[in-house]
Amino acid sequence: MYQFNYAKPATVAEAATLYANAEDPVFLSGGQTLIPTLRQRLAAPTDVIDLSGIGELSGIAVGDGKVTVGAFTRHCAVAESAEVQAAIPALADLAGRIGDAQVRNCGTIGGSVANSDPAADYPAAVVALGATVRTDKRSISGDDFFRDLFETALEPGEIITSIEFPIPDRAAYRKFPNPASRYAVVGVMVADFGGNVRVGVTGAGPCAFRARTIEDMLNANLSTSALDGVEVPDAGFNNDLHASAEYRAHLVKVMARRAVSDLLGA
Amino acid sequence: MSEGTGIGASVKRREDVRFLTGSGTYTDDLNQPGQTYGVFLRSPHARARIGAIDASEALALDGVLAVYTGQDSAADGLGDLPCGWLVKSKDGSDMVSAPRPPLAVTQVNYVGEPYGLVVGETLAAAQQGAELVMTDFTELNPVVDPASAADSETIHEGLDSNVVYDWGLGDEEATDAALAGAAHVTQLDLSNNRLIPNAIEPRAAIGVYEAASGDYTLYATTQNPHLERLVLAAFVQVAPEHKLRVVAPDVGGGFGSKIFIYPEETIVLWAAGKLGRPIKWTAHRYESFLADAHGRDHITHAQLGLDRDGRFVALKVSTTANIGAYLSTFGSSVPTFLYGTLLAGQYKTPNIYVETLGVYTNTCPVDAYRGAGRPEATFVVERMVETAARELGRDPAELRRLNMIQPEDFPYETPVALVYDTGDYEASLDKALELADYGGFEARRRESAAAGKRRGVGFACYIEACGIAPSQLAISLGAGVGLYESGEIRINPTGSVSVFTGAHSHGQGHETTFAQVVSDKLGIPFDDIEIVHGDSGRMEFGLGTYGSRSLAVGGSALIVAADKIIAKGKKIAAHMMETTDDNVDFEDGTFSSGNQQATIQEVAFASYVPADYPEDLEPGLSEKAFYDPKNFTYPAGTHIAEVEVDEETGEVDLVSFVAVDDFGEIINPMIVDGQVHGGLAQGAGQALMEHGRYDDYGQLQTGSYMDYCMPRADDLPDFVVDTTVTACTHNPLGVKGCGEAGAIGSPAAIINAISDALDGHNIAMPATSEQVWRALGGK
Repeated sequence: MYQFNYAKPATVAEAATLYANAEDPVFLSGGQTLIPTLRQRLAAPTDVIDLSGIGELSGIAVGDGKVTVGAFTRHCAVAESAEVQAAIPALADLAGRIGDAQVRNCGTIGGSVANSDPAADYPAAVVALGATVRTDKRSISGDDFFRDLFETALEPGEIITSIEFPIPDRAAYRKFPNPASRYAVVGVMVADFGGNVRVGVTGAGPCAFRARTIEDMLNANLSTSALDGVEVPDAGFNNDLHASAEYRAHLVKVMARRAVSDLLGA
Repeated sequence: MSEGTGIGASVKRREDVRFLTGSGTYTDDLNQPGQTYGVFLRSPHARARIGAIDASEALALDGVLAVYTGQDSAADGLGDLPCGWLVKSKDGSDMVSAPRPPLAVTQVNYVGEPYGLVVGETLAAAQQGAELVMTDFTELNPVVDPASAADSETIHEGLDSNVVYDWGLGDEEATDAALAGAAHVTQLDLSNNRLIPNAIEPRAAIGVYEAASGDYTLYATTQNPHLERLVLAAFVQVAPEHKLRVVAPDVGGGFGSKIFIYPEETIVLWAAGKLGRPIKWTAHRYESFLADAHGRDHITHAQLGLDRDGRFVALKVSTTANIGAYLSTFGSSVPTFLYGTLLAGQYKTPNIYVETLGVYTNTCPVDAYRGAGRPEATFVVERMVETAARELGRDPAELRRLNMIQPEDFPYETPVALVYDTGDYEASLDKALELADYGGFEARRRESAAAGKRRGVGFACYIEACGIAPSQLAISLGAGVGLYESGEIRINPTGSVSVFTGAHSHGQGHETTFAQVVSDKLGIPFDDIEIVHGDSGRMEFGLGTYGSRSLAVGGSALIVAADKIIAKGKKIAAHMMETTDDNVDFEDGTFSSGNQQATIQEVAFASYVPADYPEDLEPGLSEKAFYDPKNFTYPAGTHIAEVEVDEETGEVDLVSFVAVDDFGEIINPMIVDGQVHGGLAQGAGQALMEHGRYDDYGQLQTGSYMDYCMPRADDLPDFVVDTTVTACTHNPLGVKGCGEAGAIGSPAAIINAISDALDGHNIAMPATSEQVWRALGGK
């Protein structure tokens, strides 16, 4: 780890000011990516601005047909929230299967979404549920939020304050975990909003995306057999030590079909 | 199971109190006055010439004390790191050793190879300094693939090729003839995946030099402190043996990876002398991945010939073993004497021939890792047998039974140089078949099929050889050291006991089991016995712990020492009882003659306060022994795995695992169960997940837990473990050793089960879900 200045602001406004006035700052949320990066001396920020002291960023609220999760809310809090479990059980289920217990006790939803790790779980929900990402400056549609590998619509210094998930009639998340890291090799969330089906995929490509072909087939016929003939092209998919692009494309089909089966069974 | 604390009792491990409460003392927990910190400069290239090293910026940094390079250590006359086992090729020529200086001088040969040391007042200063050292490398073409290494550019300057040796064992002519006449020949291409050890405690070392006395002390994570001292003194010549003390405090796991004499520990000690201040180095986990000796990495073609009845007539095995960039301490012996000699397995195969081509590549050196040669041998034999059974439509259990060496055949001399002393292989097989409910398998297979899963069952009837011995034989085969063990028992004046062993515990539980043995033998309460190990300054000599040898060899040394204690105690007691020592009996801690009695504690006191004492006897009650076994021990057993394969994703679920092992007599059943569980987990890791992979440029692709997949508790079923017992015939405890069996039998059993689920497909390790999906026809 290199030396850096450390600050722990109490408000979002204070955090934004600290960021604006620093040379090469970085926000620290749950630290599940940043801390290992710092420890391995792969990053050398001048300033680390710790968001953990900002009370307004934490918490879960359910109402008006949506679940609002504060950006600093830890994965374990979402997984264990009775309100989330009642409103969007698939979201609580997803949160409960991120990483391992230590990761879930530290990691935050804002940190996960802002990082746009291609294998993170939450982005599948942001996309599938058509969430709205609220920041200190604006609101960003879930469909527009993830841009590329570790790249989002956020401007430098912009702070996610909360994420609003519209409550679907039903939804399900299926994940094929990487046996080493337990990140998603492929994760698929299928959500049904009154007959309008949305499908979010993580792990397969450079960032989370909506699987429009699968959505179209399911909107025509919401059943597992609807996906029997689906072709998922692997162009642009991740191809690495853990899974070829071809295998990931296959897993998108299988996980989507299983998510539909769960959704219909629920 | 017997009650209490003697032999056969499941005494809770006394060392666990400190381990589980965080109060153990590991090398990194120790600090010395005036201590500094070392960070190694490591090669970023798989193969490159080292040009100018500019350390001026680093040395200018506040807190950086010194930068040492290979030029410095070479100029100081520091010797190369030796390989401890000379293997000869078929033509009688010696293996080809590439010189391995502790710090690379002219050329680096694998990513992570150390070529310099930066020392700082703080770890941060040393890290910063290391980043400021500028080194000119000229990259050379690396050789990474062992399959083509023999025919590739020679990686070491001055050598003729990358071949280390072309070794053979057995009668090739007779084997070929028997194969030619066989009714059926099964052939397979097999690979044994490279593994990275991953002990929970990374390696660490603190070098200390005291100028006034000229004494050196090395605190290090080693499985064999005396061997470390011997090599550093005799070969590397850091310090003379009488001026060097090596201490291995609590050590958090080794699995073989902490046997070896590595560059880092050597250099930290040498540099402490140069600097005149203690230097501490603790490996980062990424350094463990890059630079702890790796394991396995074989490519094999094998042929098994059977007659019309299904009896094995010949086995021929041809293996290419990846040695890595240099010969590590025992790297030469693992794919030869610890591998080829085990290819008879549990069977009466009359003709066996094995040849091993050892090759250098630009990868981390490969050496012993839990099982060391025996998992590789078991994998070959048991994959061949299982495949032959499938090809012939025979039940795999019954084909094995037909070929097994029978109890009346012992001692049994194999065609590959070993003499098995005892065993009852069918007993283990029968017990395992029962525990696994083999008869119910077809019903379970149908149930799985109904749920869309393919189910498979697989066997491994393994044999291993533990406690390499006797020393004369091992040395005649090329070993550079003896393979005896020492033990010393000191009965203190108050009757408590200090036991010193040359074996080393780094997770095995010796502090408990050795105390059980001594308590049982001398009738002294368990709580009055202390086991001391891991310090060349406290015990005379020792060869450490590896190859499941500690109890069979080190425990036997304690029995011999205890016999000497009893013999002397009888003389003292005879004097007290006014009789002769042949009239004195010893039982349960009491000497007796007629109706006279004296406890061993009373006798011990009399020996230290010799008021009324035999004239011709030395005072004191302390004895030591060196025990050199007459033969190896041969644990054996049957492992049965069942798997379910998800047809859509290729995922393999290890649904059950039964292990029935014959370890001879058992001192502590709970510790034995724990050893088996750990070994099975490692074997499951090898079969399903673990794979040390390099890319074509020699960069390690699996250098962290994000990419190197270790098994976790939720990847494993509840293991069913049990034992059968045939006592070892040649050591006083009748014990065989249990440390490695789990890792030896399980990879073959699991892969055989997956192959069964895949209609006989020759699936490679690790059987990842994508591989299995492809085997199922996924494209």
